[in-house]
Order: sequence, then C-alpha cells, then structure tokens
Amino acid sequence: MEKGHDYLVALAGNPNTGKSTVFNALTGLHQHVGNWPGKTVARAEGSFKHTGKRYKLIDLPGTYSLLATATDEEIARNFVLFAHPEVVVVVVDSTTLERNLNLVLQVLEISNRVVICLNLMDEAARKGLKVDAEQLSRDLGVPVVPTVANMGKGLNDLVKAIAGVASGAISTSPHRFALKPEIRKALDEVTPYVKKVVSDLPNTRWITMRLLEGDARIRKTLENGDLASLATLNQHVSIAKSTEAEVKELFDRVQIAASSIRESLHDHIVSSIYADAEIIASKAVTKTGAPKIDMDAKLDRILTSRIMGFPIMIALLMGIFWITIEGANIPSQLLAEGLFWFEDQLILLFRWFGAPEWLEGVLVHGIYRGLAWVVSVMLPPMAIFFPLFALFEDFGYLARVAFNIDRFFKWAGAHGKQAITMCMGFGCNATGVISCRTINSPRERLIAILTNNFVPCNGRWPTLILMTTVFVAPMFPSAVSSIVAAAVMAAITLVGIFASFIISAVLSRTLLKGESSFFTLEMPSYRRPQVFRVLYTSLIDRTIKVLYRAIVWAAPAGAIIWILGNVYVGSESLMTYLAGILSPIGLLIGLDGIILLAYIAALPANEIIIPTIIMGYMGASMMTELESMAGLHALFVTQGFTVVTAVCLMLFSVLHYPCATTTHTIWKETRSAKWTLLSNLIPLVVAFLVCFVVAQSARILGFG
Amino acid sequence: MIKQKLEYETLAEIKVGQRAEVVGLLVEGLTRRRLLDLGLLPGTEVRAVMESPLGTPTAYKIRGSIFALRLEDASKIMVKPLR
Repeated sequence: MEKGHDYLVALAGNPNTGKSTVFNALTGLHQHVGNWPGKTVARAEGSFKHTGKRYKLIDLPGTYSLLATATDEEIARNFVLFAHPEVVVVVVDSTTLERNLNLVLQVLEISNRVVICLNLMDEAARKGLKVDAEQLSRDLGVPVVPTVANMGKGLNDLVKAIAGVASGAISTSPHRFALKPEIRKALDEVTPYVKKVVSDLPNTRWITMRLLEGDARIRKTLENGDLASLATLNQHVSIAKSTEAEVKELFDRVQIAASSIRESLHDHIVSSIYADAEIIASKAVTKTGAPKIDMDAKLDRILTSRIMGFPIMIALLMGIFWITIEGANIPSQLLAEGLFWFEDQLILLFRWFGAPEWLEGVLVHGIYRGLAWVVSVMLPPMAIFFPLFALFEDFGYLARVAFNIDRFFKWAGAHGKQAITMCMGFGCNATGVISCRTINSPRERLIAILTNNFVPCNGRWPTLILMTTVFVAPMFPSAVSSIVAAAVMAAITLVGIFASFIISAVLSRTLLKGESSFFTLEMPSYRRPQVFRVLYTSLIDRTIKVLYRAIVWAAPAGAIIWILGNVYVGSESLMTYLAGILSPIGLLIGLDGIILLAYIAALPANEIIIPTIIMGYMGASMMTELESMAGLHALFVTQGFTVVTAVCLMLFSVLHYPCATTTHTIWKETRSAKWTLLSNLIPLVVAFLVCFVVAQSARILGFG
Repeated sequence: MIKQKLEYETLAEIKVGQRAEVVGLLVEGLTRRRLLDLGLLPGTEVRAVMESPLGTPTAYKIRGSIFALRLEDASKIMVKPLR
C-alpha cells in the first residue's frame, strides 16, 4: 500500500467560497485532477509539506449540504465519513456565514477534527461586515482561521491550524446542534446498533439520523459496503467487517424507531441546524455601518436589465470571438510556417536515409502534415478563447448569462446551466460535453451532452470564415462586405444555437421525457478574476488536453487522407474514385463527392476539412492550402462551387455529427452505446435534412 | 381565519424589490430537501432582487446569497408578503 503522506486532509465547502483558490494556494503545482472512481465528478488532490510532515489534500465537491441525495454530496459525505481524513477543512464564505454554517454544522456532526477557513474576509469588510473568528471558534469548538485566499493572507495560520489538529496538539470539542426530545429518544434507541456496524466513527448520530430518515444511499453503503470507490484511494475503510446479521438488526431497529418520527424528520433536522446557525452567526457577525455601495446589485441591474441585458451579452460574446479570430491569425501563421519548415527537414531526413517513397508519404505528407495543420489551426484560437472565457467565468458573468436566457432552456425542457455548457462548446465541443457534469440531473445532463455539438467549435470557424469571405462577402460592395461577412457568420452560428434548442426540446418531449427537475442557479458575487489561476487552469486543463486528444485522433486521419490521394484505382486516385461514388448524394444536399469524402476522412478533426477538400479539387497528392483568396475562389468555381454550395457547406459544418474526439468524450461521459450512437445519428439526419431542403429550394428558385 | 389565508401568496407572486417571509413548502421529496438546504425554512425572510430580461427566472436573496428560481419552482413556496 502506497502511503506517501502522513496526514490526509479533506477540503469541503459551499460552491463559490473560494475553495479551489484555497486548494491551489496550499498545494501549488503539486496537484492532479482526475475523477472520483466510477463517477463523473472531478476530483482534485494535491499535497503540501509543513515542518517535515507530508499532507495529502483532497478537494471535495462543493456542496451546500450533505443531506440531499445528489452524487456530489454523496461523494463528499462518504469521504468524510468513511475515508477517515485526519482533518476536514471547511472553507466558509464570511459574507454569508449563516448559510455556510449549515454545512459546517453537518460536518461537525460527522467529524471531530475540523478546521474552519473563514475566507473572503476582504469582501466581508467591503460589505460592512465584521466577523469575529475567535467568537466563532468558541461557539463551534474548532479552530477558525480568517483568510483572504486569493491574496495569500492567513494561509500560514491555516496550515498551522491543520497541522495542530492533525497531530492532536490542538484539541477540539465540536458543536453539536440541538434536537427535539422525541428525535433524541429515537436516535438513542438505534445508536447502539449503528455502533456495532460502524465501529470507529467519532460520532454516529449523523448516520443514525440519515438512517431514520430513510436515506437509501447510506443504507446501501452499509449493506453491501459500496466502498470500492474509497478502497481504491488506499484509505482505511472501517465498515466492511460487520456481519450481515448485525446490519439486518440495525435496519429493523431503524424501522421501529422511525415509524414514530419519520413524518417530518428532515424538516426538523434542517430547522435545528439553521436555528443554531442563526444564533452562532448573529454572535460572530457585527454590521459596521451600512455597506458603502452594493456594487453587485449595481452591476446586476445593468447586466440583467431588460433593455441592456441582451445587447451586452451579445456584444461580449462577439468581442470574445473577434479577439479570438483576430488574435489567432498571426500565431497560427507562424506556427504553420514553423511546422511546415520542420516538415521540409523531415523530408530531407527521410531522403538521406533512403526511405521508401510511400513511407515518407504516409508519415510526413500524411500524418505529420495532418498534425501540423490541426496544431496550427487549433492551438492559437483555443489558447485565446479558453482563458478569455475563463475570465468571464471567474468574474461571475456566466451565471448571469444563464439567468438571462434561462427561459429558452425552460421552454426546451433543459437545464439553465446548459447555457454555460453551450458557451464552452464554442471553444471545443469535447470540453463542452465535459462541462455538462455541472448539471446534476441525469435527464437534463444528457440533453445538454447530445446537443452541444450544434454549437460550432473553433475547429469549424475556419471553414465558416473561409466560405463567408471567399463566396458571400465578394457579392457585396467592398464597403459593406466585411459587415456582411460578420453577419453571415453570426447567422450561421444562430442556426446552430437554434438547432440546439429545437433538438433539446424534441428530446425532452420524446426520448428523454420527464419532469424538469428543480434547480437553482446561484448568482455569485462578482469577483476580480484571478488571472494567473485562470491562465493555468484554462491552458493546462482545457487547451492542452483538448489539443492532445485532437492530435491522437488526427494522426490516423492524416495517414488515411494521404492514402486516399495516392492509391490508384485504374487511372484515378482512390479519392477521386470514392468521390465519384459519393457525388450523387453530395449533389442532392448541395455539396459534392469530394466534400462528403472530406467529411468522412476528416472525422477526427474539423480543422483538416478544407485542406482535404482543396487536395481533392486540385487532384494533388497531399493536403494543401492556397495562398490567395482569388486563387481559391477560382479553384472552387471550376469545381462547380456556387454560393449555394458555400451556404450548404457552412450549414453542414455547423450541423453535422461531432468529431471523433467529441464522440469519444460523449462515450466516456455517458458510458452508453445508445446515447453515443444517437449523438452522431441525430446531427447527421439534421444536417442532411437541412442541406437537402436548402439546396433543393435554391434549385427551384433558380440559384446555382 | 379567512383573512389570514388571504395574506399568503406564493413566492412567484412576489415582485422585484418586495420582501416576504417563508410560511411553508408545497413539495415533498428531493425538491423539498433542496429548498430546505438553501435555508428556505418557515420564518426565513426572502427578497426578490432581480428578474431575467425574459421574465423568468427571478433571483431571490436568501440568507445572504442570491439564487435564481424558475417561476414554477417559486410557486411551490408559500410566503407571507412583508409590507
């Protein structure tokens, strides 16, 4: 058993309390992010050293409570209950102490060794609140450390408190909330039997309460030791030893005791907790005069206003796109130049070795060139988009976006947070699909996953940009052509968003029928984004991971495309041959055989669609691109390209099936062959249908 | 008695800027737990702080934090409007 640490520390807290800031500040770069075993809830763990001891820190999912039965709450409470962390740190938002004490009092119920991190003290001061940490510590019976984690204030004291509680140097006497006599009586009846089953918990009252309430998950955990997930963490697990008979006896006792009080036990417990929380908070918090100006309320009045809310939202989104596209141009070009220069060196190397021509072809002109293309097209926009986007996320604006447009999602039977997952999809659909994890009801989460692909990711922007600038914009006088191009781009994007809503609505009324589940969107306080952390997480977690996945998938595609162009059937290349077969279908939907073939061959990465199409049109033997717009226009026109083809290609690009990376991600997130298949079939049908209707209508109306 | 009944409304009827006191929850099961966990207990004061440009959801200040609730969810919370 590898045990690379002396103490295990769990980090709990409500969402938006700066918990991950505390985590990052304590662990620095000594951390890694994975999933909770068998769950799609992200799990970060890290470590830090203090006076020669090594502390392993586990970041639990942010929750408001441990009482409800959502997966993230279950993970948090199972860890605190059964993994025996030496210390549980609860990060608390000092501006809303009373609410946060709900979780604190529940944790104090489960664990004796607790440290409270009273975070966001600066914000509290700004809001005219003075929080007395010592008073709070006296009332809660555990150390309370005031911090401003994003400025690094108080963290040394926090580490000292953790170390003290871990070693036992600081003793604690946790506050236990008061309960009504009849509930206490019922608890006392069952407690001895709980103790038989769960022998080494400091306090079994909480588990007893859960059992009396009929918490099926806790029952199941005790019954069959659903602790595989904890066992894989190499943690000591305590309840596996109890016999079946002991468990059965416990459940019988529970049933008897519960019959008297089950009715409204949950209400009683929550009221008891909040009653204590109110008292404790009122003693600890004093208002030092009214807050100067409520900046949050002011900003909210503007950002969610009936008149300005939508224009600001659209302008900001457009701004992000514009900066991404403009900013990516030069780095993309430089990257491409560098990577293609390296390709030339590779060729020299291959020739020097006297490698056979086909090997050079597959490896250099196929795989390497495909990769170079994907990297140079994909990396710069993602490295710009994701950090920009994360800044808005950190600032607290995305919650307002969800708030502004929730009504559409309500109409579609979808979750309000789907707004955020869709925004993420603009960067990369695979990332968008992963972000659907924040939606904690399974039905709405699936809807969000299945429809994310209709949001055009930045791998598809180049196709859209090229088509608008080469075919649509020149039809208008040059004075307005760039505005027209932007408008066309926006319109195509709207088609995608629209499709996303329609399909969500259809799914929620057919395959994924059901009550829309209750949810709340928290509107966190606006906060100055932490630029460094944002850069780190958005570059490492999003950009690099996405790029890696794309590279893995793009390599074989490069090889296949090269083979298509260089293996001959009679006098024509495989590519021309296959394109000939696909041509009738292609023409039916306003495209042609080469485009369809490119979409099949370039399934792994949308970035290489255009180079593949050009290669097909030129009859060239490798993916290529033309320098001038005029040359490109001429080439496309000789192949029978019209404005209708351009429009259909853009529609197809937005509506077609997800790329291989995204499909793979959907599989990993759903673990369902059915939903993965549907996630491809639905867009395929939609894309064919829409393009068919557009192409045929245009033909009847006499275009193209 | 009758007069008292008329004093109760659902949270959905509370206008932006208005305050109300929670009287009870009209739901059972998981939704009830979620609402309770937010601190929506009888006696809790709630204020409607803003409304989405599209009319719903509405955001409420509940024990210091702001949460948006959809119309149909807010209509499951019985409240007594405060002047």
